[in-house]
Amino acid sequence: MRIFDPHIHMTSRTTDDYRAMYDAGVRALVEPAFWLGQPRTHPASFADYFDALLGWEPYRAAQFGIQHHCTIGLNPKEANDPRCTPVLDLLPRYLAKDSVVAVGEIGYDTMTDAEEHAFAAQLALAVEFGLPALVHTPHRDKAGGTARSLAVVEESGIDPGFVVLDHLNEVTVTEVIGTGCWMGFSIYPDTKMTPQRMVGILKKYGTEHMLVNSAADWGHSDPLLTRITAEAMLDAGFDEDDVDRVMWRNPLMFYGQSGRLDLDGYNDVQAAGLYAGNSIARGGS
Amino acid sequence: MTAPTITAAPTAVHHTLTLRALTEGLGSALGHEHRARLARDLAAVAEQGPDALDSRFPAAGRVYGRGRLPGWAGWSVEDGVRTRFLGQLKLSGTELAQEVTERYRNGDAAERRGVLCALPFLPLGPHAVHLTDDALRTNDSRLVAAALGPYARVHLDQYRWRQAVLKCLFTGIPLAKVAGLHERRDAELARMAFDFANERRAAGRTVPADLWLVATHDS
Repeated sequence: MRIFDPHIHMTSRTTDDYRAMYDAGVRALVEPAFWLGQPRTHPASFADYFDALLGWEPYRAAQFGIQHHCTIGLNPKEANDPRCTPVLDLLPRYLAKDSVVAVGEIGYDTMTDAEEHAFAAQLALAVEFGLPALVHTPHRDKAGGTARSLAVVEESGIDPGFVVLDHLNEVTVTEVIGTGCWMGFSIYPDTKMTPQRMVGILKKYGTEHMLVNSAADWGHSDPLLTRITAEAMLDAGFDEDDVDRVMWRNPLMFYGQSGRLDLDGYNDVQAAGLYAGNSIARGGS
Repeated sequence: MTAPTITAAPTAVHHTLTLRALTEGLGSALGHEHRARLARDLAAVAEQGPDALDSRFPAAGRVYGRGRLPGWAGWSVEDGVRTRFLGQLKLSGTELAQEVTERYRNGDAAERRGVLCALPFLPLGPHAVHLTDDALRTNDSRLVAAALGPYARVHLDQYRWRQAVLKCLFTGIPLAKVAGLHERRDAELARMAFDFANERRAAGRTVPADLWLVATHDS
């Protein structure tokens, strides 16, 4: 079974996670830029973070046989801090990079004017750079936030097929289905979605335009819940092709629209014969 | 009367023949369409200067490919393309170093590698040694290996060069990637390598086979 986790924050995870993910079938992932728990107060902190998503993190991932791509953006939470909004000016430089396959995470947190400004400005950048957009839906007032997000997406003029509304659930999926946008679901140990509930949604709405992720980060989360959801699909009567579609081909189609997804490209870490002989795989010597 | 001071213009490490070999290697790796596109891109960089690199430099991998560059061990096509791009800038010495530093600082890992690969081809003199220093501080073996090319052979001081070679042993980068290993190795590096081997043996761990390229009694 091959798995492409379309949303996971590996910066917060250990090499044990990479190893376990590989063993579970994960061969590719996308790490969206988001907040780090501790609020940042300078644009330069974002630049260092973005550089890590383009440098160190893909290097770590490659050593465990996993292809790493990322999305770059100013997240809605920090878009509210005027000390962070100059990050918007840094984005064009980053959106030109090879392994950036979408703009994100953008969207709403508390639905303020500052969030809306950053959201709309970044959708415009997605159009300008020909990139998909990863839209985070708020945890509080999710239904209202999802409806308002869809309105901002429509107003931006971006092709809805280039947009995923993420962190959906049984209630908010009904707002997105039929809009042409992709639907993302985050499987969590306690909150958001569970594997069983996810299977219920796939049974009800089908597998088209559906993305399933672990959204694992620095909080209580589990990078293997994609695999567990895939097994729950099989147990519920979905066949292997259905599972492959949801867990591999759908994320490939969505992010592939960037023209920058490189899953079988030359990997110079492995080509140099360093796969098992590098500083990380050996535990830093 | 004081003698006139003659300041030599900063030179490149490589002879122009090496650049010609790179150009030919790149030509053989690229298809007809990409060769034509490269000619246009190079002309644009030569004509418009650094601004023309803003979109072209980061996109070199996805536009021209990331496969191996024939005849250039350890190089990929994108490294060769980025080297050619930087070679079009009509700058030299500190001015060129400033521009190259910006490309490095604003670049992702592949762009930084491209800059490091390009250094020996550019008329920089010693003005870009801070970039090899930066790369040697990372733990990314792609950058460390690229930093130990011909530019470091000529411009990195012996103390830092020994530390860098030891880092290769430590992190499993083959010593064959270090330019000028045989001419620069010395007794102090041999001592460091012997000590490293002793530590490894005391811990019951393996000693890299290529350690013996520098841990020799004759150096």
